[in-house]
Amino acid sequence: MSAINREQVAHLAELARIEMTDEELARVAGELELIVSSVASVSEAAGPDVPATSHPLPLQNVFRDDVVGETLTQEEALLNAPDGQDGKFRVPAILDGE
Amino acid sequence: MSQDVLSFEEALERFDPVLGFEVHVELNTKTKMFDAAPNTFGDEPNTNITPVSLGLPGVLPVVNGKAVESAIKLGLALNCSIAEKCHFARKNYFYPDTPKNFQTSQFDEPIAYEGYLDLELEDGTEFRVEIERAHMEEDAGKLTHMGGDAGRIQNAQYSLVDYNRAGVPLIEIVTKPIEGAGERAPELARAYVAAIREIVKNLGISDARMERGNVRCDANVSLMPKGATQFGTRSETKNVNSLRAVERTVRYEIQRHAAVLAAGEKVTQETRFWHEDTRSTTAGRPKSDADDYRYFPEPDLVPVVTTADWIEEIRTTLPEPPSERRKRLKADWGYSDEEFRDVVNAGVMDEIERTIAAGASAATARKWWMGEIARLAKQREVEIAELPVAAEHVVELNQLIEGGKINDKLAKKVLGFVVDGEGTPGEIVEARGLAVVSDDGALSTAVDDAMAQMPDVVEKIRGGKVQAVGALIGPVMKATRGQADAGRVRQIILEKLGMQG
Amino acid sequence: MSESIIELSAAELAAKLASGEVASVDAVQAHLDHIEATDGTALDAQDRSRGTDGLNAFLHRNTEEALRVAREVDEARANGEELPELAGVPVAVKDLIVTKGQPTTAASRMLEGFMSPYDGTVTRKLRAARMPILGKTNLDEFAMGSSTEHSAFGPTRNPWDLTKIPGGSGGGSAAAVSAFQTPLALGTDTGGSIRQPAAVTGTVGVKPTYGSVSRYGVIAMASSLDQVGPCSRTVLDAALLHEVVGGHDPADSTSLPDPVGGYAQAARTGAADGGLKGLRVGVVKQLTGDGFQAGVQQRFEESLELLRRAGAEIVEVETPNFEYALGAYYLIMSSEVSSNLAKYDGVRFGLRVTPEGTPTIEKVMGASRAAGFGDEVKRRIILGTYALSAGYYDAYYGSAQQVRTLVQRDFAAAFEKADVLISPTAPTTAFDIGGVDESADPMQMYLNDIATIPTNLAGIPALSLPGGLAPEDGLPVGIQFMAPAREDARVYRAGAGLERLLAEKWGGPLWQHRGDVAGTVHDFAATAAQGGK
Repeated sequence: MSAINREQVAHLAELARIEMTDEELARVAGELELIVSSVASVSEAAGPDVPATSHPLPLQNVFRDDVVGETLTQEEALLNAPDGQDGKFRVPAILDGE
Repeated sequence: MSQDVLSFEEALERFDPVLGFEVHVELNTKTKMFDAAPNTFGDEPNTNITPVSLGLPGVLPVVNGKAVESAIKLGLALNCSIAEKCHFARKNYFYPDTPKNFQTSQFDEPIAYEGYLDLELEDGTEFRVEIERAHMEEDAGKLTHMGGDAGRIQNAQYSLVDYNRAGVPLIEIVTKPIEGAGERAPELARAYVAAIREIVKNLGISDARMERGNVRCDANVSLMPKGATQFGTRSETKNVNSLRAVERTVRYEIQRHAAVLAAGEKVTQETRFWHEDTRSTTAGRPKSDADDYRYFPEPDLVPVVTTADWIEEIRTTLPEPPSERRKRLKADWGYSDEEFRDVVNAGVMDEIERTIAAGASAATARKWWMGEIARLAKQREVEIAELPVAAEHVVELNQLIEGGKINDKLAKKVLGFVVDGEGTPGEIVEARGLAVVSDDGALSTAVDDAMAQMPDVVEKIRGGKVQAVGALIGPVMKATRGQADAGRVRQIILEKLGMQG
Repeated sequence: MSESIIELSAAELAAKLASGEVASVDAVQAHLDHIEATDGTALDAQDRSRGTDGLNAFLHRNTEEALRVAREVDEARANGEELPELAGVPVAVKDLIVTKGQPTTAASRMLEGFMSPYDGTVTRKLRAARMPILGKTNLDEFAMGSSTEHSAFGPTRNPWDLTKIPGGSGGGSAAAVSAFQTPLALGTDTGGSIRQPAAVTGTVGVKPTYGSVSRYGVIAMASSLDQVGPCSRTVLDAALLHEVVGGHDPADSTSLPDPVGGYAQAARTGAADGGLKGLRVGVVKQLTGDGFQAGVQQRFEESLELLRRAGAEIVEVETPNFEYALGAYYLIMSSEVSSNLAKYDGVRFGLRVTPEGTPTIEKVMGASRAAGFGDEVKRRIILGTYALSAGYYDAYYGSAQQVRTLVQRDFAAAFEKADVLISPTAPTTAFDIGGVDESADPMQMYLNDIATIPTNLAGIPALSLPGGLAPEDGLPVGIQFMAPAREDARVYRAGAGLERLLAEKWGGPLWQHRGDVAGTVHDFAATAAQGGK
């Protein structure tokens, strides 16, 4: 496990969409390094024959009937919106994509 | 700087195209993929919304069983294997049209995988496209960009988000790389998307209306030098939302890649966007490390497990595949290749099938649907199938002709009134008094009038020029407002002149 | 009068309400008065992050609605209507559970002022049971922490010693129950957030089997680990509340189809004579000894002795893979956190911060999340983002999920030898507010959950009950029972059995001894008013 540097944390912060100052990046890099080194042994615990468990209990095929349920009104939908216009959520310009 | 595009012919002389498609199909379930909000198009913004579709704090998804069934149907129709067990996964990325900032999708375990689709190109050649996978996921909301250029994202000052579409069930169908299409690549692209559209429509799992985005295509194109085996760098063009656009996009990208490669430059791996107005693509952002979607199994959903019994039960409900149906109908009807292709292209196969079932001959059915009905549709600028003409109308019309009640010319008139919604052909003939004039007395008078007005023509006929009869028939038809049977008129004239009819 | 009402257990109060001896509106008013007297006033009217000079267990008080519901219950009772068992008994709800008509904040600046347009399933069930909801209790921001110090609205204090933490993340619910502000509260437990606060506040807390209680309307921290459960002062009360909120919910795909019930019955059986006879109690070797405070260990062993004397069979079990549990937990939890908390971006709800100039949405999201989340939340989001990112997934998230399988196998083997397992709930008693420097060693705080985490990984039920006061600091110690999945009744039975043995030993419930430390409950309001020294 290699040491976690500031640049790596900057990349993670960008993926996680959290703006961080330089000091924060440096601090979090240190903390992350500590945490990661403490949990690294996890990768040595199990052999390849051990299956992964992503659900604590083995349920399967939980389906809903295709029946329309109760909906929110437009007002309720926009109740907590920081900004809205014409019944829609308003956001600043988007940098890329379409 | 290289020129923008190379000619298509030159591009194909030097390079082999490799294609790949990701087609998203919106299902026509009543509700969304993971919640009970209605799946309907064109409603007031942010009204087809439950707390789940909005990703409010605390909400949880529940899978729409009908959507899973639809996915299995599509998988079977694409000759795929159906996963015995699969789960949903979260695809993490931030974008304001995605309420949770992750899309619930499938990753390493798609519900359907390893299939194929045999396409028939226009000239009848078959081409097999290998399907890599088909997986279930959810659609995003709709962004409207304001204050920019014609609703484009460029230079927009702000955007508005409507989450009505967020969570609508999607099935994404991914092909394996398609090699060997050569110059037919654009045609193949179109045929592939058309076939997918036809299949989902036939299965009844999607409205398949491309103009509404029910079927959306991302087209991947790369080139490699003739004879090479190593694929080139590909571009992925999004926004390709009509059959014509699919064809044009592939053609354009082949020409553009060729120009880049011919100039000794490298193709950038990137997302591009198709613009119908300029008929060209523009670059989006390049693929980079930033595309780290951090997929992991969706912990709020449990696995989907299929059994052989369940799959077989679904299989028995599948309709006949469109391509097999076409082969069967063509043989049954005895149309020539060209006739049948025209029928298919005109989109009236169902109508003809119903008309024959209602009692018409294959030839009669084709004559009407491809003739007068098609002309009326064109005149009114609608699809043939959209006209309010039923198979029963055509059969009835034909019976009226065969019974001598009306002639062809009148029948066309009647059809026009059917389209106008005046009723069935029989009702219209009755109501408008359009039946052929078969009263010999009335005809005889009209013939006498015509002969009196044109003595020279009468002389010619008497002199043996029987074909001159035509000159007399015209005025008779006019006098009877077209309701006379021309054959009967001719017979009366010849009888009056003492000649054998 | 009001003091005696607030000291009643939920079961006792329910009986008095049913008999007409006490009116619900009086019971609710008594609790509201006590909250008013003990919860303190804001230390800084401008800056909520400093909290109050009192307990600060409540982030929102639901006074009017609680009184209205109580009045309606009283009227219904007067009209002879058939009412649910806990009708009219007040309850508090952790502010991680959405409640229509009241704010829900998750103790985060991100959700300050957020009003949910819908009720969580457990909220609906409380309403259907006609239980007046007194308010929303404090927690570590988004339930991330073991001390409630990470609340954006100031720490909750421990009723046993106001300078100490009440545990976390559900410190508010535990402190409120411990301090008689409410007989019952709902908590959520992802890695110990119900049980560890119960342990350090001398109360009872239960993490049910995963899927036993619906998570719909519970703000997700880590979906595969989160579970709602009851907080109370007695085992029977916890069982009663569990029965109210439990059961299958079609809105939660991970909800068990099993019928709910039998918990209160199990608690009564356990408390009866001979209720523990023949019960095989497995001592988890890996959850004792090193790393556990001496006084904690001492009280734990005394409990074992009591159980043995009552006819239980004490066996030792080995769970070798527990050494990896904490690491696996932090990887799985943070991974799910990083994704679950992505929705807080300032677009549809929550805090939006717009930087100077004409920022893009990307910048606005980044600034909103930077300002809306506290350090611990950010730390976990970044850790989770790392664990899931390309190239690290297999080593971290993938391995952690394998460890989960190993931990489940360890439990399965242990339950071959024992009906229930037992351990101390937390390695230490309550520590000082501000006593852990997390930036210096973030793992230090995480170690509080060492004994509670394995059950979350395995999805099995566990209960914490008071096991006495540690001799060295006079603070409460928690004893934890664990049972196989779907066997929640077993922890109620064993818990109620031990509860009775301990009460006999102490001559009453543990809280009667609080006077030894921080004044009796009767002059507690005065202590709280001093602002915790």
